[in-house]
Amino acid sequence: MNIELLKLLSKNARRSEEDLATMLGVSADEIKKEIKEMEKKGYICGYKAVIDWDKINTASVSAIVDLNVVPKAGFGFEEVAEKIASFSEVEAVYLMSGVYDLTVVVKGKTLQDVARFVARELAPMETVTSTSTHFVMRRYKEMDVLLNNAEKDGRGQLFI
Amino acid sequence: MMDYSSILNKTVTEIKPSGIRKFFDIAATMDDVISLSIGEPDFQTPWEVRKAGITSLERGKTKYTSNKGLDELREEISKYLRRKYNISYDAATQILVSVGGSEAIDVAIRAIVSPGDEVIIPQPSYVCYEPMTRIAGGIPVIIETKAEDEFKLTRKQLEEAITDKTKLLILPYPCNPTGGVMERQDLEAIADVLKDTDIMVISDEIYSELTFTGNGHISPASIDGMYERTVTVNGFSKAFSMTGWRLGYACGPEEVMKQIVKIHQFAIMCAPTVSQYAAVWALKKCDEDVKEMYNEYNRRRRLITKGFNDIGLSCREPKGAFYAFPSIKSTGLSSEEFCEQLLQKYHVAVIPGTAFGKGGEGFIRASYCYSTDHIIEALKRTGEFVESLKKA
Repeated sequence: MNIELLKLLSKNARRSEEDLATMLGVSADEIKKEIKEMEKKGYICGYKAVIDWDKINTASVSAIVDLNVVPKAGFGFEEVAEKIASFSEVEAVYLMSGVYDLTVVVKGKTLQDVARFVARELAPMETVTSTSTHFVMRRYKEMDVLLNNAEKDGRGQLFI
Repeated sequence: MMDYSSILNKTVTEIKPSGIRKFFDIAATMDDVISLSIGEPDFQTPWEVRKAGITSLERGKTKYTSNKGLDELREEISKYLRRKYNISYDAATQILVSVGGSEAIDVAIRAIVSPGDEVIIPQPSYVCYEPMTRIAGGIPVIIETKAEDEFKLTRKQLEEAITDKTKLLILPYPCNPTGGVMERQDLEAIADVLKDTDIMVISDEIYSELTFTGNGHISPASIDGMYERTVTVNGFSKAFSMTGWRLGYACGPEEVMKQIVKIHQFAIMCAPTVSQYAAVWALKKCDEDVKEMYNEYNRRRRLITKGFNDIGLSCREPKGAFYAFPSIKSTGLSSEEFCEQLLQKYHVAVIPGTAFGKGGEGFIRASYCYSTDHIIEALKRTGEFVESLKKA
């Protein structure tokens, strides 16, 4: 497993195999082989673009939904977590420490969509005892990428 | 009317201002310019170091320090140099904390050079050695290092340059702009030439952490016969991305340092206090940050070297610092013409090799203190420019 390669891909998955090879001082074939292997092993789970939907005129709302759940004997949180993860409205599911058990990121077109999903699908689940929904109002950084202010080069014009 | 031309110091007025200014001015008028011109890390100072500076301010550490710098910082510098480069300097008597490596170079030259003394300076190299020598009344003797020697200073070149007036040799390695470094055997050859002389050495090692050879940086003072004649200059700007903090240091034999400290004490008094507290933290806790930055520079270095070779500008692997120094001789243009046309037509800013001495003709300096995407775009445009020259 090549951690350095994984780090580079996590910053920019579209970097060409040739450039990655040059940067790491190995051949492009080696890079191709390593990537394929890490995909097969499930270390690399997918490649997606980081999109600032707020800049695009598409209705889109996200919410963080915290859930308290009664774990099922013999299954713990797995069963309910996997069930929640299977909804297409759900972007992420995490088992959490602290006051709540699960944190779910839900996405919809409108506020009502998300509210409806929480009310109709999540809250009524047998093992879910309470929910707390927080709507995202503005995004500043997504997956390591600053969204609204392009970083400026603050270096002075000085000859060295 | 005051006639300044007859009033001002002739040595100073005769020093030419840097020719690079005009490139910066042209570049400033373009909004899509891609620059590979700045020789300054693009990384932020590690957050913990910034925090150490902030904490020192909160605690009211806003007074002068001693002339030589904080005891604690000199102790840490001493440990660092022993740990990294196997040279030992006594914190109390052999180390001066300066305002950047630049001040250390200036005060060291002034302490060593008397009017009429010759100072041997390998070029292409950083631009300060020649004017500082002149201001001290010294006579610069330039050695032009060669691409075929990997821009190292060779025994033969040094032997030919030494006269009975030679007082000082500058060793600017790892070298801005050439990327040249001196390996152990190269330094042993230099030590052998100097061994029966009284010639002093100022070793400017500001890029020491950025050495891309198997053995890493070799400090000249660690070579037999060199310690007693060498002033080692280093600093925090490049290794720790602390350019704006202005902090460096000079280390050397006690007798030499006494005189160096004298000049510093009258001209500067002491280096900025907040920077000194931050630097203590940098030396104590930042090995990981330095390594991370090193790895990133190394990836960019491979990318830019291959990139220039791919577009037909032959580029040796730079072994140190953070610059590529490709040859543009195949284009038939002079360095200045190449840079001016590349900037005007393709909006890419690089520095002509001649800015670092006449020996830089036929080369350009491209800094890789830029993001990978930025470097790839600059290479693409430069490639288009080189192609357009072939068609013309």
